[in-house]
Amino acid sequence: MSERTAEVLRAEGLVKTHHGEGAPAHAVRGVGLRVAPGEFVAITGPSGAGKSTLLHLLGGLQRPDAGSIWLDGECTDGYGEARWAVERRKRIGIVFQFFNLVSGLSVADNVELPALLAGVSPKKARAGREELLAELGLDGKERSMPGELSGGEQQRVALARALVNHPPLLLADEPAGSLDSKGTREVMRLLSRFHARGQTILLVTHDARLASAADRVISFFDGRIADDAALDGGTPPRRAGTSGVLELKD
Amino acid sequence: MRLPLLALLARGPAHGYELKQDLEQLLGSAYPQPNVGQIYVTLGRLERAGLIEGEDVEQSSRPNKKVYHLTDAGREALRAWYEETADEPRVRDEFFMKLALAPQTGLADQIALINRQRRQYLNTMRQLSKLAAAEDRDNRISQLLIEGAMLHLQADLDWLERCQEELEELQ
Repeated sequence: MSERTAEVLRAEGLVKTHHGEGAPAHAVRGVGLRVAPGEFVAITGPSGAGKSTLLHLLGGLQRPDAGSIWLDGECTDGYGEARWAVERRKRIGIVFQFFNLVSGLSVADNVELPALLAGVSPKKARAGREELLAELGLDGKERSMPGELSGGEQQRVALARALVNHPPLLLADEPAGSLDSKGTREVMRLLSRFHARGQTILLVTHDARLASAADRVISFFDGRIADDAALDGGTPPRRAGTSGVLELKD
Repeated sequence: MRLPLLALLARGPAHGYELKQDLEQLLGSAYPQPNVGQIYVTLGRLERAGLIEGEDVEQSSRPNKKVYHLTDAGREALRAWYEETADEPRVRDEFFMKLALAPQTGLADQIALINRQRRQYLNTMRQLSKLAAAEDRDNRISQLLIEGAMLHLQADLDWLERCQEELEELQ
């Protein structure tokens, strides 16, 4: 292995304070983080811990007050708004809790738009869209408008849109936060599937079930990383574990 | 194991191995496989208690097998079981005592305890997710069993989070 194997994402000393009404909110208070290619990392923590702010910093949706972010080893300190917008088309795909689809565009156009904006030919954009929608079980929904779809379907369209340019990094901000239990399982299954194929994913969630799909879980409290644990999925240390949880007592 | 066996026999007579298979089929591969020896021991106890009766059935090329059926007393015991509601799940009391007493012992840090416990729960959660994915999707009972375990674990994780929020403020 070469020493220069760049992390897909690296952050050092990130700080972000929100100045609204009342006391300033210290959302992110000195966070360092490295995500290696192919990793699936979940950030969990109570609401208000600052985990969404952290994800917004990492996707360039907000600027940190201090600290730096590297994408594929490249420092983003000098990036302006326009450059971040380009990165979010090419290097970073994002899915949000409330899908954020363009309501006036069809499913097909929502997915193809980022490809076209990235300079892909209409023919290729269409091929990419068809492949992804089929993969996500959305065949026959191309002409639907987002409002006609269920929440789970809309989130799948958002996932297709985020992945259409094959970004090295997928950021997901509470992707199951507005879905029911079935939709949550669906999102979990799809993230696991893309991860199995090598997609690097950084997921922010308060749902431990969703987080357990990741192979590394970062616990975020009060703007700081409280724990960073690899989930090995191996045998639990003691007799309890899975079978202990499942065993019905007499 | 006693009452589930009685419940399985409510449908009609069966022998030990059939009961093991019935349980496996109902609960799926996620459920820890019942040990056939344990089933025979339990059946023996139920018979001595007068809740079931066994009858030897001859088999041509094998040893006799014992087919059990429910007695009236057994049916009554089963009815009483269904009359009662089950106990509530308990807060992880061993962990809670460790956490509560940690500051007095000076031997463990509360936040470190919470972090370690969380890692274990998350690993178990991951295994349950894998089990759910591997298990037959159409076996509803089995899927519900796994989902129940995941929701309990989720509640425990939420509670650990609350502990951490409260105790971190004190540190």
